[in-house]
Amino acid sequence: ETSKYRSLAGFSSVLFVVLSLVKVFLSQSPEAACLSAEDISPSSNGPRDDDPDDLFAEATEEVSLDSPERQPILSDGPSPAITPVTPVMISPRVDVFDRSPDQDEDEEENRDTFDIQISVSDPEKVGDGMNAYMVYKVTTKTSLSIFSRDEVCVKRRFSDFLGLYSKLASKYMHMGYIVPPAPEKSIVGMTKVKVGKEDLSSVEFVEKRRSALERYLLRTVKHPALLKDPDVLQFLESSELPRAVSTQALSGAGILRMVNKAADAVNKMTIKMNESDAWFEEKQQQFENLDVQLRKLHASVESLVCHRKELSVNTASFAKSAAMLGNSEDHTALSRALSQLAEVEEKIDQLHQDQSYADFYLISELLGDYVRLITAVKGVFDQRMKAWAKWQDAQVMLQRKREAEAKLQYANKPDKLQQATDEIREWEGKVQQGERDFEQISKNIRREVGRFEKDRVKDFRVVIIKYLESLVHTQQQLIKYWEAFLPEAKAIA
Amino acid sequence: MKQTFCVIFKKESSIIAVDSISCGPHCLMNVDLQTDATLQVDISDALSERDKVKFTVHTKSTLPNFKQNEFSVVRQHEEFIWLHDSFVENEEYAGYIIPPAPPRPDFDASREKLQKLGEGEGSMTKEEFTKMKQELEAEYLAIFKKTVAMHEVFLCRVAAHPVLRKDLNFHVFLEYNQDLSVRGKNKKERLEDFFKNVVKSADGVLVAGVKDVDDFFEHEKTFLLEYHNRVKEASAKSDRKIRSHKNAADDINRIASTLYTLGTQDSTDLCKFFLKVSELFEKTRKIEARVAADEDLKLADLLKYYLRESQAAKDLLYRRGRALVDYENANKALDKARAKNKDVLQAETTQQVCCQKFEKISESAKQELIDFKTRRVAAFRKNLVELAELELKHAKGNLQLLQSCLGVLKGDT
Repeated sequence: ETSKYRSLAGFSSVLFVVLSLVKVFLSQSPEAACLSAEDISPSSNGPRDDDPDDLFAEATEEVSLDSPERQPILSDGPSPAITPVTPVMISPRVDVFDRSPDQDEDEEENRDTFDIQISVSDPEKVGDGMNAYMVYKVTTKTSLSIFSRDEVCVKRRFSDFLGLYSKLASKYMHMGYIVPPAPEKSIVGMTKVKVGKEDLSSVEFVEKRRSALERYLLRTVKHPALLKDPDVLQFLESSELPRAVSTQALSGAGILRMVNKAADAVNKMTIKMNESDAWFEEKQQQFENLDVQLRKLHASVESLVCHRKELSVNTASFAKSAAMLGNSEDHTALSRALSQLAEVEEKIDQLHQDQSYADFYLISELLGDYVRLITAVKGVFDQRMKAWAKWQDAQVMLQRKREAEAKLQYANKPDKLQQATDEIREWEGKVQQGERDFEQISKNIRREVGRFEKDRVKDFRVVIIKYLESLVHTQQQLIKYWEAFLPEAKAIA
Repeated sequence: MKQTFCVIFKKESSIIAVDSISCGPHCLMNVDLQTDATLQVDISDALSERDKVKFTVHTKSTLPNFKQNEFSVVRQHEEFIWLHDSFVENEEYAGYIIPPAPPRPDFDASREKLQKLGEGEGSMTKEEFTKMKQELEAEYLAIFKKTVAMHEVFLCRVAAHPVLRKDLNFHVFLEYNQDLSVRGKNKKERLEDFFKNVVKSADGVLVAGVKDVDDFFEHEKTFLLEYHNRVKEASAKSDRKIRSHKNAADDINRIASTLYTLGTQDSTDLCKFFLKVSELFEKTRKIEARVAADEDLKLADLLKYYLRESQAAKDLLYRRGRALVDYENANKALDKARAKNKDVLQAETTQQVCCQKFEKISESAKQELIDFKTRRVAAFRKNLVELAELELKHAKGNLQLLQSCLGVLKGDT
């Protein structure tokens, strides 16, 4: 049984490499989508095979209108072939989020009553073959009054999460709110699960996704505005959720790509924004730098995860060969010592494996999350530029209308003059609105960035300390094992 | 005894010089080889040039055959091989385990990496470049030290062997201060060698099939065959394991660099955090690299050496087996000759010669194999103990660094 585990570990390490390559690729091309700005509306549909950089353009799931999973998932009643996936407890559930209530005092209301716990658990496979999908249990425990109950349990599938994100992004991003992105789609990973392979790599994939979905929800509700959003409440509480309509084409990163692409189009229209506020310029540059370094760090950590897994596999294989060598050695004491060496190496191989899980679930996933979050932050800055551009356009228009009116006054056409005056009033209103919007979004961004940075500091501190503690544990175990072996080696006579 | 090395190697246009490093005593594979004062051999210096390594072989001897009591010559790898081959081809030494020849110095991989680094100099920061250069130089030096050790062990083994140390070629090798004009084998000769080996292994299979009356040798035959294969397997697996370990250490190196950059750029409190962790990883990475290097030295090299020695022991058994077959054939020929009453004298002399040869080999082979076991057990013991001690030392060092860093970081929050 353990040998099956071993041989699959090799495969899973290959899959991890593939997955991480895919992830790096996807997260590195925020500007790759070439949809125009009008397509942000949720009603857009269909595969995007006009995107040359989108690896999976042809592979988006097409859901036909009468396929079985379009029916909303009922909380009771017969459901099609649910195969519960008994998760092999691969690693202790790594609790990335510090669940203690936020101690900081700042201008945010209700911060010290932030009392909500969300967990995503019990992945179950529904259906068979290529139409199968995973369903996760989302449990919310809270004392907050906006929720109707203390504890709610609902079942959600991956596209539901994407749908939630898409709604929140379209509602809040243009106001300058940093909306946490949903986890990435993964065609490779999901296909294996669908096909029904209950091997180590698909179990790991499901666990990785479950963990990512949990982090996504926790980040979303940490945002004070999003917590109160009716879509979020509905997602967490209501047993029936209307099927997300257009998520088959949109993943979190997909939406961000579109938003950023639209913003880039704005930039390319040679709008050189007169930055009156140095804070924004400075912050943008900082996030730019942070983005570059985090991506680099993420790539190195993913490489470390991969190599540590390799090390674990190779150590196990060496342990076996050392045992064999001990068997064939005809000097009794040396033979014994070699067998002991084999045992030590086997234990060490398990250590390496555990360490690589810590590398991954603690550090690598955190970095991945932050790379995506920073894309959202950059998107928000671009929204501000868009707002500024709109305001400027309105001013230009107003000027034109005023000039038109002046001309008409000389030409003495009273009816056209009235129209012109009306138009001026209209555009004056638009200019004022534009200025207000711009100032509002600027204010929002300042607040959002402040909150974001605070969270970032906390997240990284907590995770890094946890990670160092895992390293300490590994070294302590190593010491234990070698201390036990040393007398055996000395006993060779 | 201490040795000092000066490694100078040219790389296209620039010269990368590594200052002289002193090494401790070698002979990690063999214990008790340096105690005989009548003949002491070591490699006191070595120079690495573009495609060859020059070893300075230093001898101290009280034996009368040498002109002086202490002298040095410069030898290259091919000359070691020539010496080894002369032992193998000498019929007189058929009954001994010939100390395995040292492997050819192989700096190709390391040189390639250094070249790539030189080409990529423009694409990385100055600190990164210096760091990588230092590491590659350390790697080159490690390979260099290893090859010196391998060559030295060979000479020590010969010098310690009661019969081989008297060999004339060996004395010439040690003393003759001109070039021995030994060239490496050309293509034709290597092809001949290849065919010789094919024939030999086929013959070896035939010979091994013959059951030996002597229990000791029969047991040794089965044992060595299995042991040799297992050592080969273990050696390959340990190499792979150590390579993964080095790769992981390299990753930690990159992580440390990126954390450092993050630390210098970050505008929040995290900057101090990142810098501290970067510093920590720099140090732990060095320890991890040392662990991999020590495992390489104490475990991988040990296994590689005993792979070669067990092959030499197998060769001895083959020669004895061959002699046995020849002896038995000679016996049969003698019986036939006596029956026909033709060429009896000739058959008798042949039989006598074969008998003597066989008995001579058998006698010394037994002792050689017993010595082999003693050496093997001692070497494994020494290296396994040292391995465990080093692993403990490094793990404790690592632990201490981690805990002190954690203490600082937790105190800050």
